Amino acid sequence: MAAVSATEIFKKFGEVTAIDGISLTMRDGEFMVLLGPSGCGKTTFLRIIAGLERQSGGDIAIDGEVVNDIPPRARGIAMVFQSYGLYPHFTIWNNIAFPLKTQRVPKAEIKKRVEWAAQLLGIEHLLDRRPRQLSGGERQRVALARALVREPTAFLLDEPLSNLDAKLRASARNEIKQFQQRVGTTTIYVTHDQVEAMGMGDRIAVIDHGKVRQVGTPAVIYDHPADRFVATFVGTPPMNLVAWNGGHLGFRPEHFLPREMIDNGVVSEFSFRVDRAEYLGSERIVYGEIEGLPSAQEVTAKLPPAHVPLESIRPGEWHAFAVRNSQLCYFDKEGKRARRH
Amino acid sequence: MAAIAEKIGWRSSRFEFVFDRPRVLGSLFLTPAVLYVLVLVGLPFLLAVYYALSAFTVYNPSHHFVGLRNFVEVVQSGIFRRALLNTFIFTIGSQILGLILGKFGALVLLRPFPGRKILRALIVLPWAVPIALATVAWEWMFDSLYSVINWVLMALGVVTRASAPQWLGDPHLAMLCVIIVNAWRFFPFAIVIFLAGITAVPQDVLDAATVDGAGFWRRNYQIILPIIAPIVVVGLIFGTVFTFTDLSVVYLLTMGGPVNATQVLGNLGFQIGILSGDVSHGAAVSLFMFPVLFVLVILMLRFIRRREI
Repeated sequence: MAAVSATEIFKKFGEVTAIDGISLTMRDGEFMVLLGPSGCGKTTFLRIIAGLERQSGGDIAIDGEVVNDIPPRARGIAMVFQSYGLYPHFTIWNNIAFPLKTQRVPKAEIKKRVEWAAQLLGIEHLLDRRPRQLSGGERQRVALARALVREPTAFLLDEPLSNLDAKLRASARNEIKQFQQRVGTTTIYVTHDQVEAMGMGDRIAVIDHGKVRQVGTPAVIYDHPADRFVATFVGTPPMNLVAWNGGHLGFRPEHFLPREMIDNGVVSEFSFRVDRAEYLGSERIVYGEIEGLPSAQEVTAKLPPAHVPLESIRPGEWHAFAVRNSQLCYFDKEGKRARRH
Repeated sequence: MAAIAEKIGWRSSRFEFVFDRPRVLGSLFLTPAVLYVLVLVGLPFLLAVYYALSAFTVYNPSHHFVGLRNFVEVVQSGIFRRALLNTFIFTIGSQILGLILGKFGALVLLRPFPGRKILRALIVLPWAVPIALATVAWEWMFDSLYSVINWVLMALGVVTRASAPQWLGDPHLAMLCVIIVNAWRFFPFAIVIFLAGITAVPQDVLDAATVDGAGFWRRNYQIILPIIAPIVVVGLIFGTVFTFTDLSVVYLLTMGGPVNATQVLGNLGFQIGILSGDVSHGAAVSLFMFPVLFVLVILMLRFIRRREI
């Protein structure tokens, strides 16, 4: 276990800048999620930490020691790949044992640790099979077992859930989080899925165009986004942004409620005309526009169906809606979060 | 409106769409291939079996049935046994050499470097150049007087004019020469096979091996080679079958000499059956290749089936 830190990392592929000066420190034992849209450079950054890619500039340090010139195998990190990267010609047993064999661990010790890892992930019954005989979820566990078996200084996970179906993804998310808490190894997890990021990360680093936009706990990222990109990338539906005073005013759809539902605190009131509504069971998403704004600017509200009956929100009508002032965010011309008023 | 309602005369003839039937169209497409195999492979093979069981020669075209006598006589001949052994040495030697050259050639060509595209095109040349032409060039390189190889060795002071190797005159060196020339011919094919295989190995698997601590050799021999083995084995089957039955390099470079040191079954069968006119013994020599190839192909096909990935 160790802290992993990156200082001013740059990476260029020819003319294209994939990573544009990322500095980030993963604390010992922390679950750090790198969140960003596809092509933002998060996977490249992970590969640089692993040593699979050489940065054009900057330093990577593991446990305080700069590892720029140390090859992947000597960095002591383990990686789980998007499509798992299992060795198709090996049995599961040999897949898990491979990282130990390369380190010339004694046979008895290999056996002990393979069995330990297999048991931890509940795959003892699969050890004699080959990867192609396994389901997606089982393959993913084998990949985790292989990463775990040599007790790495850090886990790097590159979108490990993207090949699973939605139901399996939810349970695997939970498993990985529990598993990480149990072994307590520093983990860097790359994903474009904000649900995974919010649910699993101790901290999230939001990355866009090769730059870190914000680092913080899920609550900070969600409630206090540092700029317009973070505000609109995290949250479904995304934060509403309306032009205001040369900058933008932002508020979450679930904070935009009928006036009568907010009974205390200072509020900003809006006249909201409903265009259409979607009923999603646990919530009702209402689309419409705010009086005094260009009609092209759509605003969404997320309402609890139990408290807001359908009859009260009719399309085509104007309603009094409001947001608590404490839940308003202001962004300046450059899109950065500004001080309140 | 009537024009739209009217279908394109689908009741006019029951043979109108005859080519849409898989059975008809399939048979039509398959016929040339089947005819080709029957007429140009099957028929000559049966003819060879027939000749091998008769006393047929060019000078005395008798159809007298002699049973397995031709085979017994052939096996008893020292030249035949020498040729049989040589065929194995020649085949195995040139396949191994070709595979090694192919593997490393593929690794070199996978790395980006200036001029790679030109080199990739050039490397196919040994395969594309007519074998007769290429062998003449090799013959000059191995020539007893004008060998460039010997000139280089003499210039480097490794050998003197008196001790310069007689490439095609020495029995062992002659065998080495035909193997080298055949491997040289075969290795572009091996490179193509290896390139196809290696580029098909998922990048994730290679990255995983790198992170898991595998260095260059372990990655190559424990990960890449086993994964591409089925594809390489198919290439090896082709290479082996073609080399085992081939006589062109031997015929053009040494004619089987010196003193049958490089004699192979293909060339021996040709010399006895065609050049000497002893068709029945020539056929018997050639037929000895059949069981060997048969077993070889079965073994290799079973290997592929066993290695299901």
